[in-house]
Amino acid sequence: MDLLRLTGIRFAWPEGPPVLDGLDFTLAEGDRLGILGPNGAGKSTMFLLAMGLVRPQAGQIWALGRERIEEADFLEVRAGIGFCFQDADDQLFAPTVLEDVAFGPLNLGKGHHQARHIAERTLERLGLAGFEQRVTWHLSGGEKRLVSLATVLAMEPKVLLLDEPTTGLDEATQARLEEILLNSELAWAVISHDRGFLERTCTRLLRLAGGRLEAL
Amino acid sequence: MHLETLAHGHSLPHRLDPRAKLAAAIGLTLATALGRGLPVELAALGMGIAGVLWARLPWRELVKRLAPVNGFAAMMWLMLPWRLGGAGPLGLGLDPLGLTLATDITVKANAIVLMLLALIATSPMNHIFHALAHWRVPDKLVHLFIFFYRYLHVLHREYHRLSLAMKARAFAPRTDLHTYRSYAWLLGMLLVRSYDRAQRVYQAMLCRGFTGTYWLLEHFHWGRRDNLFLAGAGLAFLALAALGLMGS
Ligand SMILES: Nc1ncnc2c1ncn2[C@@H]1O[C@H](COP(=O)(O)OP(=O)(O)O)[C@@H](O)[C@H]1O
Ligand SMILES: [Mg+2]
Repeated sequence: MDLLRLTGIRFAWPEGPPVLDGLDFTLAEGDRLGILGPNGAGKSTMFLLAMGLVRPQAGQIWALGRERIEEADFLEVRAGIGFCFQDADDQLFAPTVLEDVAFGPLNLGKGHHQARHIAERTLERLGLAGFEQRVTWHLSGGEKRLVSLATVLAMEPKVLLLDEPTTGLDEATQARLEEILLNSELAWAVISHDRGFLERTCTRLLRLAGGRLEAL
Repeated sequence: MHLETLAHGHSLPHRLDPRAKLAAAIGLTLATALGRGLPVELAALGMGIAGVLWARLPWRELVKRLAPVNGFAAMMWLMLPWRLGGAGPLGLGLDPLGLTLATDITVKANAIVLMLLALIATSPMNHIFHALAHWRVPDKLVHLFIFFYRYLHVLHREYHRLSLAMKARAFAPRTDLHTYRSYAWLLGMLLVRSYDRAQRVYQAMLCRGFTGTYWLLEHFHWGRRDNLFLAGAGLAFLALAALGLMGS
């Protein structure tokens, strides 16, 4: 089954030239896609479109079983697809790590105890046990990256969209990230400039250039 | 940027429930600010000093935080207590009204800052935000405080990065047009970036199902010592109020 499908997408930022033009993208269950492409090619923009954070000028977005058009359609999508932003500082906003990780589950209607439990378990799974009361703005770059991954994993999504998750990570942290990903059952699409990382974690590589995706 | 250097300690004020401290701080600083006359001001100053001693705050930090207040007070002393046509040097005389005013400002300001240091600075900021949320302060307002505080750090770091980047290209501030223009660009860049960031933060929150609720996970434990403290603070408040009313 297709979890996410973009067809014939055209998109331009206000007063900008078209960034995506005739883009097709499909992510099926069990897919692990790596996305490469030059800076400014529109990779991040493609993920924003998939999450319904910006709307295309043309084309269709199917996600989790049906076409998604309006804001209300995307609420469900955001519960099932976890999106990790390129800059972890954009993602973390709550005072403490525990609160930030519990924020998603609480929004999904989980009770306090359950949300706290999910958050603690997720942190532990990422090797972040003991970080619960740390203040998010005092974390190091790599820690912020892992915590922002935890905030997304805590929502128990079916799919992950990761935007350059390895930038700024040291080798050990990157290895941990790879291990976490490969130990999960999730489908994902990952944007990265690190070809080695993509080859180790993905089953198929795509390249975004000239507003379209092509298989590599 | 470390705004919370005083927040971690083991003294009793550090361990009190932040809601008790916040309530006491609001009551006592209001009574200090509104009370009239030297007795209430000195009493408040005494309470402030007792508070910081009780919290065992380091001297060095106290001096650092009191310096700007007293710099301001010193300016008041240069301007307020004098009047023309007196018998003193330069033909200046003391103006009793101005003298009282300058004393008022100096003592009150020091008393209030000391009280806030003892009661508010001894809690991490997010505990204070939580105390507000526990009091049913509207979610929007609590969010505003949290974001303001959270992104103050990000902005500060961004400012730091940008100014380092400027220095790395041999920028040294002078008093000329080039300097002013460069600072204007720096400021403009900060504004643009913070706008962009605000947008991305909001998008990231939407992705996690945000619909406007501020969730509370931490629950403070109100204990006997908080009752005792609040009773004591209540008495102190009454004393200040009584002294203040007598003075007016
Ligand atoms: N919020 C925005 N407003 C206007 N233009 C944007 C915005 N975000 C990205 N762009 C522009 O869209 C193009 C694609 O950006 P992006 O999707 O971030 O590229 P990539 O992630 O592939 O490096 C770039 O030219 C960029 O300048
Ligand atoms: Mg990008």
